[in-house]
Amino acid sequence: MKPWRNLLLFGIAFSAAALAQQPRLVDPLRGQTPLAEEPRPPVLYNTENKDLRRERAYTMQPPTIPHKIDGYQLDKRANRCLFCHNRDRIGETQAIPLSITHYMDRDGNVRAAISPRRYFCTTCHVVQTEARPLVDNDFLDVDTVLKRTGGARTPAERIPAQ
Amino acid sequence: MKDFLARYWRILRRPPRHLSFGVIILVSFSAGIIFWGAFNTALEFTNTESFCIGCHEMRDNVYAELRDTIHFTNRSGVRAKCSDCHVPHDWTHKIARKMQASKEVWGKIFGTIDTPEKFQNKRLELAMREWTRMKANNSLECRNCHGYEYMDFTRQSPRAQRAHSTFLETRTYTCIDCHKGIAHRLPDMSQVPLWNPSIPPEVRPGASRPEAPEKEPL
Repeated sequence: MKPWRNLLLFGIAFSAAALAQQPRLVDPLRGQTPLAEEPRPPVLYNTENKDLRRERAYTMQPPTIPHKIDGYQLDKRANRCLFCHNRDRIGETQAIPLSITHYMDRDGNVRAAISPRRYFCTTCHVVQTEARPLVDNDFLDVDTVLKRTGGARTPAERIPAQ
Repeated sequence: MKDFLARYWRILRRPPRHLSFGVIILVSFSAGIIFWGAFNTALEFTNTESFCIGCHEMRDNVYAELRDTIHFTNRSGVRAKCSDCHVPHDWTHKIARKMQASKEVWGKIFGTIDTPEKFQNKRLELAMREWTRMKANNSLECRNCHGYEYMDFTRQSPRAQRAHSTFLETRTYTCIDCHKGIAHRLPDMSQVPLWNPSIPPEVRPGASRPEAPEKEPL
């Protein structure tokens, strides 16, 4: 058994050395900056604050936040979003109310107050900036895809032929 | 003891035998200036930031929170220090507030909020006190810098325009009603009007608030 074990150890050592020879992966956040130096931080973009709703890229997309939320407290003690967006506040604030799904628990029962699993708004809803995307994005809207493939089928067409 | 007091009372009552009237007036006048100057200097010293954060309760809690906010650091470098918002600027109200602040000395001596846990437990009470004060004086300390008359609505976001031109204009709400927690972290807001649907909002006397129609009892 011993020669085999030695051979295995040698093999591990060799592959480790071979891995070390390969070109280093570049950290996309650091770029080419050497480890010992501080990278120059990218410019901060201003948050969009136009109060104009953006369209949604797909049906289930959580709507984006069209205003600044700087300094908004969102923890177990206070939810600054709900101060305007809660059901009882929208009359005065004219903010967009939460959808009914936010009052449902995971069994689908509608509750009086926001469901705890929906409490932390910024998990899904985020502010927007006019920033250049860090990576290319070839996402296509479903309508664009349908247009390419010759349009959506009518419900009648969708019924499989007998 | 009674004899002792009676003797000094007699000295105080007796007109001066050797001092001229002019000397008395002059000395009293200069003593008055010196006293008044010293008093106001001392008072102003208690308004400085270094005095406020001289105790760890303020330095480690509220001051640490303020440092993250726009009232401490921003693009133009204008900033508010503790007393700008928490002490009235005119003399009468300042003295009244300073007398109330003696309660805070008591709190300091007996360590009412000397740990982060104690501070958190008392945060709602402390915040409520400040909110009540600012609501009562129509957010005077906000308005010392932020004058409603000088607000350019065209420079505000649409939702800010709407809120300021309705609720602030009609005095339904004052600054502090909506802008709570802009300089420090908020306490548990579940018992605060406008933050909890089951608590009716406080309306300033004389203000008109659009009344919601009465709901039919089920």
